Amino acid sequence: MARTPTTRTETFPFGIESVGLGKVERQIPIDEPPPLPPNADLAVIGKPVHRQNGRAKVTGAIRFTVDVALPGMLAGRILRSPYPHTQVRAIDIAAAARHPGVRAIVLIARPDDPTTNVVRYVGAPVVAVAAVSMGAAAEALALIHVDYQPLPFVVDMDEACAANASLVHDDASVPAGHPSGFPSPTGLPLNGNVRGPAKTSRGDQAQGFAAADIVIESEYRTQVQTHCCMEPHAIVADWRTDGLTVHMSTQFTAGVRQELAEAFDLPLARVRVIVDGMGGGFGSKSSLGTYGRVAVQLSRQSHAPVRIMLTRQEEQMDAGNRPATWQHLRIGAKRDGSLTAISLASYGTAGVAVGAGVGNFAQAIYACPNFESTQHDVFINAGPGCAMRGPGNTPGAYALEQAIDELAKRLFIDPLTLRDRIDPSPVRREERRLGAAQIGWDRRHAPGADPGPVKRGLGMAQSLWGANVQTNSACEVRVMRDGSVEVLSSVQDIGTGIGTVLAQVVAEVLGLRPEDIVVRIGDTEFPAGPPSYGSRTTASVTPPARTAAWRVRQMLFHEAALGLNTAAEDLTAHSGRIFVRADESRSMSFRDATALLRTDRISAVASRSDDYGGFRRLMHDAALAQQDLGGVQFAEVAVDTETGIVRVERVVAVQDCGRPMNPLLIESQVQGGVLMGLSYALFEDRILDHATGRMVNPNLEQYKVAGPHETPQIDVVLLENYQGRSATDAYGIAEPANIATAPAIANAVYNAIGVRLRALPMTPAAVLDALGKLPARR
Amino acid sequence: MNRFALVSARTIAEAAATATSTVADAMVAPDAADAGEISVVKAGGIDLLDLLKENLVAPGKIVNLKEIPGLDAIVEADGGLRIGPMVTLAKLAGDPLVRQRFRVLADAAAASASPQIRNVASLGGNLLQRPRCWYFRAEEFRCLRKGGDHCFALSGENQYHAIFDNEFCAIVHPSTAATVLVALGASLELTDARGTKRRVGLDDFFVSPNVDILRENDLGPHEILTAIELPPLPASTGAAYLKQGEKESFDWPLADVAVVLDFDADRRCKSAAVVLGAAAPVPHRAKAAEAALIGKPIDASTVGQAARAALEGATPLAKNAYKLPLFETLVRRAVLAAATSR
Repeated sequence: MARTPTTRTETFPFGIESVGLGKVERQIPIDEPPPLPPNADLAVIGKPVHRQNGRAKVTGAIRFTVDVALPGMLAGRILRSPYPHTQVRAIDIAAAARHPGVRAIVLIARPDDPTTNVVRYVGAPVVAVAAVSMGAAAEALALIHVDYQPLPFVVDMDEACAANASLVHDDASVPAGHPSGFPSPTGLPLNGNVRGPAKTSRGDQAQGFAAADIVIESEYRTQVQTHCCMEPHAIVADWRTDGLTVHMSTQFTAGVRQELAEAFDLPLARVRVIVDGMGGGFGSKSSLGTYGRVAVQLSRQSHAPVRIMLTRQEEQMDAGNRPATWQHLRIGAKRDGSLTAISLASYGTAGVAVGAGVGNFAQAIYACPNFESTQHDVFINAGPGCAMRGPGNTPGAYALEQAIDELAKRLFIDPLTLRDRIDPSPVRREERRLGAAQIGWDRRHAPGADPGPVKRGLGMAQSLWGANVQTNSACEVRVMRDGSVEVLSSVQDIGTGIGTVLAQVVAEVLGLRPEDIVVRIGDTEFPAGPPSYGSRTTASVTPPARTAAWRVRQMLFHEAALGLNTAAEDLTAHSGRIFVRADESRSMSFRDATALLRTDRISAVASRSDDYGGFRRLMHDAALAQQDLGGVQFAEVAVDTETGIVRVERVVAVQDCGRPMNPLLIESQVQGGVLMGLSYALFEDRILDHATGRMVNPNLEQYKVAGPHETPQIDVVLLENYQGRSATDAYGIAEPANIATAPAIANAVYNAIGVRLRALPMTPAAVLDALGKLPARR
Repeated sequence: MNRFALVSARTIAEAAATATSTVADAMVAPDAADAGEISVVKAGGIDLLDLLKENLVAPGKIVNLKEIPGLDAIVEADGGLRIGPMVTLAKLAGDPLVRQRFRVLADAAAASASPQIRNVASLGGNLLQRPRCWYFRAEEFRCLRKGGDHCFALSGENQYHAIFDNEFCAIVHPSTAATVLVALGASLELTDARGTKRRVGLDDFFVSPNVDILRENDLGPHEILTAIELPPLPASTGAAYLKQGEKESFDWPLADVAVVLDFDADRRCKSAAVVLGAAAPVPHRAKAAEAALIGKPIDASTVGQAARAALEGATPLAKNAYKLPLFETLVRRAVLAAATSR
């Protein structure tokens, strides 16, 4: 239990900068720094600082996990199931064990173990080998003979729901919860392959629909999307008698350390997890995973470091994915647009895993007194889904935001006006206003109005995502006698530039430049950092960074005060110097001040306190802030009605994340979210062959991801939304930037052609079909 | 990928003598031991490397053509062009002579693959590459074209497959350059180990699954493709190439169309070549469309008739009927573009 600190009252800037700032009083811990003024009054925070490791990335100097090469390191490879559902009756490893290059073999599916001897999807791991080279490991895999007894399988969600469908799981094998940590209801009934429903409700449905003037009803489908990280999943495990060191491309070094300690019965102090450069995770690198556990087993068995790096095919088949969904929505409304009832039923599939719900989007985004949802997981014999950038709410928003547009059309109300009436969020209201002006919403015309085959359209959609915080987050700041400064945390930079943001925070406090700060992160030797998922990194780790820097500054001020003949409370720091606040003619350089230190180094460690004003919900190490993150996106598309090609010409993304810490990095992340959403809307699709259960496009050739020619003009508009909730008041941006894109494009496509596409991806085949241009079936 | 020896041939004769097999034959070699005895040629290596990495072919030796002098030239010949097989797609796309005389070919080269691939991929390799059918490309599917007994695409995931000539095997020919070269009436020069050359029209070079399901062309085991020859285009000719992928960045065509039209003094179409790519196992000449154009002025009605005629006889599969309206659009647009390109 955290001890209750003494608090003091402070006055914080409050509100949306473009609307007008007010003030709010908060009780804050006595040992935390005073309120940070708005960005306009700051030197470093909120400024477009270039990412510190950008040069190392483009020159190739940065070390990714796949670049780690330890002396005597072995190559690990995994033999995977060619069958979508099979019993593993026997595994003959004798010939592989005799291969001169083989050093260790680990059975993942154990024929004598009923909990592992049935594998349930093509690509499921069966055996792992460590050998002296990748080639030797591949040869060894070819020497392993597995006696499979194929079982009936199902890879289509609709077929899996049928009464006579073959069963993917039994009561013993059905997963209880979600492996990567985001909440998923437990104890739900299993009926055939259908688990659930998870139910949510408020108010009275019958009354709500009875009170409606208009009721719309519609169905939507979304496909499976894979994460497609530029850098594949990779681990180098080095098991030694004095402890385990793991280099891993991971979104959560501290979490992987915890998992390793538990899996191998090691004290935390004997486990170290390191990551330097990382090429994305998007939810797929949140936990240790089977390949990670197996790499450690192979290292322990072979007494040598072992590297496992997944191939692109393994990435596509067995590294997680965004589940497919089918959603049925029924919405009742009054003539003025006010909602009287929403009913949502969903069936989704995360393959053999759970977690295919559609989130709380329909439940929470609009004012509606009567709500009910029933969400089901459908098991199929396919690779397990996992969290992916805005899990649940991304497919959820795709359906609801189109349904709201359908309602607007039925009511003869502009989609923006309708949202102004039903959306209680002041943040999104302002975002709609800014976005409409930026894209020129008043140019929007009736569907199909353009002459010629190419029809243009404008559409918009909204995002809702919780502002998450990891309370188990800490940061250390050290100041050296020579004036150098370090900031340390186990937090990892998965590509978003958190190290640069930490340098900005520390530089702001100490009156230095960001490049003066040495950033040491991605190593569990340092204070515990948060995971980089759930859009929580910045919200969790920048407040303790500022607090630690502030405390270490107080220590330094005590030394400098003697030199300046004043009291520490009277000092301030900026421009690389320490000043007497009342008389800036009296100052000394930062370096002269640190030279006064009695020891080589002073240091402070701070941890994340609760949000000022408290949390909405606190669950173990994770918390949900009182505010939500919004986001409104507008899309302009051109649809060629003769080829079915949809071109997204422009996206305006208006986003908020509390206090924007670095607009350059935020814009970069928003652009990534928009591109991922665009790619989801138009191209990406995991395609399984129904006859064999195999993925036919397990690559980046036929699994289509948007490229440079598909990249629209992306205008990022950032709100400054001050709420006075922490030492930095910053929140995340990753997921909100992704959620609204696909429905905004879909609504724009409708506005272009006057026909609503109800499934993703919106391929030429789907567009031509929707337009009635396919020849009649023979 | 298996272990193999890489040898560089110094002459065409040496390459032809050393290479024991075409890649197509090597893929259906009876067993692994035999495969180890096999040697195949490598030009740019783009397609071969893919096949090696997917364990679809395991030759014991690979004969590199890159060090043979003189195979990457583009020269005027008999009023047309003679293009070396080792000319890269990037060079073809940017070559002033090609751009001036056969702009449509440069357009097709520029529209294929990605900049990185175009810098390495050769025109010869592009014409001889194996199909991209995802069942064919996966080791786990032993399909008809790999010596198996079943086409997985016919009842499976066939959205990118053929709409013509798809009774047994529904691959589409992967070469975008071939679509244009057939329309331009190109021919190939093939040279064997003794230096004997044979010429074959490109149209006749490709092989339908009805003739032989194990290969896409008539290349022999000891033959090297030594030149691609283009006859001169009369000044009265117009040509156009259109490719439609789902994406523009690094994607195969869903449909591509090359049209070459010649006109008489009255602006009536004198001769026409309309070739559909990504439509059939070989570049598909739409003869009915050509017939609909010949002897007529190119107006909206003629173009519409030709576009509809281009799809005569199509037999779409469960998931690729969208290709019909798509091809109809592309043919219409390509004919109009060709007619106005003179």
